[in-house]
Amino acid sequence: MNHLIILPVLIPLLAGAFLVVAFAVPLALQRLISLLSTALLVLIAWLLFERVMAGNHVLYTLGNWSPPFGILLVADRLSVLMLLITAVLAAFCALYAGRGDDSRGAHFHALLQFQLAGINGAFLTGDLFNLFVCFEILLIASYALLLHGGGIARCRASLHYVILNLVGSAMFIIGVGILYGVTGTLNMADLAVRVANAPAADLPLLTAASLLLLVVFGIKAALLPLLFWLPRAYTAASAPVAALFAIMTKVGVYAMLRVFSLIFGLETGLVGTIAWQWLWPLALATLALGGIGVLGAINLRNLTAYMVIVSVGTLLATLALGSRDALAAGLFYLIHSTLMTAAFFLLADLIARQRGEAADHMVIAAAMAHKRTLGVVYFVGAIALAGLPPFSGFVSKVWILQVAGGTDRQAWLWPLLLIAAFMILIALSRAGSKFFWRQSGEPPLRFRMDPARLGVVITMLLGSVVLSVAATPVMSLMLDTADAVLSPGAYVEAVEAAARQTGEER
Amino acid sequence: MEVLFAAALGVLTFCGVYLILRARTFPVVLGLTLLSHAVNLFLFGMGRLTLEAPPVIGESSHQADPLPQALVLTAIVIGFAMTAFVVVLALRAAVELRSDHVDGVDPDEDWRP
Repeated sequence: MNHLIILPVLIPLLAGAFLVVAFAVPLALQRLISLLSTALLVLIAWLLFERVMAGNHVLYTLGNWSPPFGILLVADRLSVLMLLITAVLAAFCALYAGRGDDSRGAHFHALLQFQLAGINGAFLTGDLFNLFVCFEILLIASYALLLHGGGIARCRASLHYVILNLVGSAMFIIGVGILYGVTGTLNMADLAVRVANAPAADLPLLTAASLLLLVVFGIKAALLPLLFWLPRAYTAASAPVAALFAIMTKVGVYAMLRVFSLIFGLETGLVGTIAWQWLWPLALATLALGGIGVLGAINLRNLTAYMVIVSVGTLLATLALGSRDALAAGLFYLIHSTLMTAAFFLLADLIARQRGEAADHMVIAAAMAHKRTLGVVYFVGAIALAGLPPFSGFVSKVWILQVAGGTDRQAWLWPLLLIAAFMILIALSRAGSKFFWRQSGEPPLRFRMDPARLGVVITMLLGSVVLSVAATPVMSLMLDTADAVLSPGAYVEAVEAAARQTGEER
Repeated sequence: MEVLFAAALGVLTFCGVYLILRARTFPVVLGLTLLSHAVNLFLFGMGRLTLEAPPVIGESSHQADPLPQALVLTAIVIGFAMTAFVVVLALRAAVELRSDHVDGVDPDEDWRP
């Protein structure tokens, strides 16, 4: 059996446990352990990525229990893609936090590692109840991370976030319970087969379960009626935490794709599921609300938080189209938007540090000490975020417009997407001119900028350049991934083959 | 038994939802606890309700489904941890914000970021 696939869960779990036990070790050593763990994660995610993209699913049966019994880990193309994005993002966050943000509260690195264990587990698991458990691990770590640094704003944002997610967890269990009661299994591949062959009398219950799961994942992904916790939470969180949270909404999107393509869409296809039909109008409304929110943002972090909402709306609207090209375009946009919103949270922090009490609020203040450097970085970042050429935002946006073109949904998606992009452009230029062009006459604050922090942000922005230069190979990888999502039969077959194999070994 | 079980579930859920919709943190925490009780019972019930049936094969003529019991155990542990966290958070919020309103301020005052 190949043990590589369990390492993305095991390494952060062990690193986090060690950091909790050894909380008295110097901060420098904690940073080193955290960085080592995330670096190892990047390496392992890359190895898994190469292996799975080239061939087939990699499966891991814990305790060698034959599926559908026991806990199963499955790495398919979608999950290794998500693993790789998470690992890269986590490495940047750990680096940035290691420059001082982690000393503003206890156990930052331990919590970061636990969060990673939960996220990676959610991506890899092939069992619905295990998905719930992984969600809880990543959530409880995120509750504590959100509070990192303390303060009134974080406390206030946490209350909403925690209470809403606890209600979400209750709904998740109800959904899982209904599925178990009707089908008698929780293994996702086995569920898929049984749901596809379910008698007509069970269909209302199964539909209810699927809609409950849509609500649960909608809370995580910040879909319209369930997104009002997000702007306040992401605005209040400390910079590296907010950057890491850029992947959290994508965990919800991943769970939607996985559950609805596999369990409920085995026979009807992704678009045939009832939950998926709800997604289209809700995603468009999310996109519109995000665009309005960007215009009304009170500071740069708040603006970026609404950018996250715009990206969720764009992503889900694209995925809701349901075709192979649309899924591929959506996944490309997912990589781009995760990296760029995370980079922008960090950039907002860099700017806020230089403006003293004005922080990143959109008010006129004394000039920044490193106005030119930050101005250039902001300009490049804003272009990448708003989706102007030559960066990856442009490539992904054109691709999305292209796949929506010619379908009957073009008339909705094109205007909304373009108007939202225009609003983002206005908001970013307004913020930029306040920060860099209009200054009060006071002398600039003396400030030594940390080159490592700046380096992290620049490297992340360069990621966008790499993504647009290497667009062709990345796009073909995304098309392969979309194929895998749209052929859940292969996933089921891989699990059944593993069941036969472990059965023979006994 | 089914009627009693369903009624208990309904009452627990009703009270839980009602309390969660209150505006103070303490009733909300109580509501969350009641809701998680209801959810745990629901999950337990999904293994079908049987009398005098241990979840062990060979001990009696018929067995109960052991899986929901294991799931409920997991859900209880997680729910307990989450409740502990939310209680501490509510206390801290009450101290730091000087208000036990879930929004951190009373709605008549205006909110500033």
